[in-house]
Amino acid sequence: MAVYFQKREVVVPGQLLADGRYRPSFGTYDESGKIYSSLMGLAELKGNTVKVVALDGVYIPKEGDLVIGIIKLVAGNNWKVDIGGPYGASLHANNALRRPYSDDISEYMDMGDVISAEVSAFDRQSGPFLSMKGRGLEVLEGGMVLEVSPAKIPRIIGRRGSMINMINDHLRIDSVVGQNGRIWIKTSDVDKLRLAIKAFRMIEAQAHTSNLTDRINKMLAEEVAKLSSSEPAEEPSVEVETADEKEPIEVDTASESEPEISEVPESESESEVEVIEIEEPVEEESEPEASTDVNNESDDKSEKEEVNE
Amino acid sequence: MSPEVKPDFLISPEGLRVDGRRPDELRPIELKVGVLKQANGSASIRQGKTYIIAAVYGPRELHPRHLTLNDRAYLRVTYRMATFSVPDRKRPAPSRREKEISMVIANALKPALFLEEYPKAVVDVHIMVIQADGGTRCAAINAASLALADAGIPMRSLVPAVAVGKADGTLLVDLGDEEDKYGQGDVPMAILPQTGEITLLQQDGFFTREELLEAMQMGINSCNYLHELQKDALKRVYVRNPEDGEDTFDDDLEADLGESEIMEDE
Repeated sequence: MAVYFQKREVVVPGQLLADGRYRPSFGTYDESGKIYSSLMGLAELKGNTVKVVALDGVYIPKEGDLVIGIIKLVAGNNWKVDIGGPYGASLHANNALRRPYSDDISEYMDMGDVISAEVSAFDRQSGPFLSMKGRGLEVLEGGMVLEVSPAKIPRIIGRRGSMINMINDHLRIDSVVGQNGRIWIKTSDVDKLRLAIKAFRMIEAQAHTSNLTDRINKMLAEEVAKLSSSEPAEEPSVEVETADEKEPIEVDTASESEPEISEVPESESESEVEVIEIEEPVEEESEPEASTDVNNESDDKSEKEEVNE
Repeated sequence: MSPEVKPDFLISPEGLRVDGRRPDELRPIELKVGVLKQANGSASIRQGKTYIIAAVYGPRELHPRHLTLNDRAYLRVTYRMATFSVPDRKRPAPSRREKEISMVIANALKPALFLEEYPKAVVDVHIMVIQADGGTRCAAINAASLALADAGIPMRSLVPAVAVGKADGTLLVDLGDEEDKYGQGDVPMAILPQTGEITLLQQDGFFTREELLEAMQMGINSCNYLHELQKDALKRVYVRNPEDGEDTFDDDLEADLGESEIMEDE
């Protein structure tokens, strides 16, 4: 009956963590009543459950996860979606579109499109299935996708979204964080985009350290101050939207004046959904490819909202 | 270095070896983790003049598909020697020896890994011998197990490995190239240190029963020492670099407990 590690100590595979009446959990294994670590990571004791938080690793889908996927193939009524990691996902049209929909589902989403979706089912026999019925699950237009290690995502979200909200507040960017290690960032300002990338990379590199939120906060505050002093003319004028290929495709006025609404459901819940929505009707009109889908989604959204309340 | 001649003796009258080591002494070993940026996990090992880099990719989708195992991940090990790793240029085509060593290394690592956590996927371990000076298969196992841990692949334990041999009638730990070539035998072995299970045991040359048992005991002792080196090398990756100016992270753990709660749901 003893614990052989300190709180959040870095442990290596095979290290003895505890013996006696403790319960092995993620990242550990039990052998003749003793609990060993199976990963390199940070050991934690919660109640009498011992677990190891991995410092690295690929994305293994889990039901309820919000993920950012890239459509690889349109196959009949399915989209095959790359969500990173060893398992490719599929998304059935019924789980994304409102019926009736056209026979050719590539009209709605085609190869190369970036989507936010939820993992609706995954077991070891049949690969992960996605669903796009839910608020904020949509085609992500414009912006860029940043890849980080999936093991660092909980840290990037922070407790109840504290980290990501702080970053969004500082930089006034739109972002969606997927559990699969992809972060979608959209902003009109290249400097802010750079700063956001710098912040995410910093979190990734220092995820195992403490007081990270404070340090990121400080860093961003300083950098933002530098930015605004160098170019004080940051009036709400022109927004150049960046497409996936980072070409400016559209000029949009009056976007700065619209407040962004960030929604962060409890991150302790199974779905650590981090959604930032920008209700910009102007944009939807200007991007006709997305319109059908977006309409469907907004309907779904209102439904879901009622359910939530 | 070219025309190699057999040294007059492998054990000097004082009982020391060609490079001045005692019989139970390992060569200087330097382990580094995370040496490659592109790989999911990587490690390098210098053991005397032997220099090996191991990279781990995956778990990822397995191609070709027909190799898929439905209940666990496939462990694919490729051991290769660089053309310049030996005095006579090694021909670049995969040799029979390389294929066999790949298989032997895979078998030595497999018992340590929880491959059943990733059915249908593949874990690729690429091992490149940059410079060969004896004991490459054991050094490769040492590096590969570090690279696997670095990649975040769940495993029972690290796998230390060492070769024990015999030269001039004396049992020697961690054979160098000359001792390997001109000695009387070679027993490479790998163990799981916690349980003492042996995952690799090969032998060439002649050993009496007593010699073999003693050789294995010497090997196990050296493996336990190597295991400590491996653990240190892994932990060193997450020792903070002082130029951050933030060397107080460890001290204020209590102040930041809140964030630990979030991490358990991932």
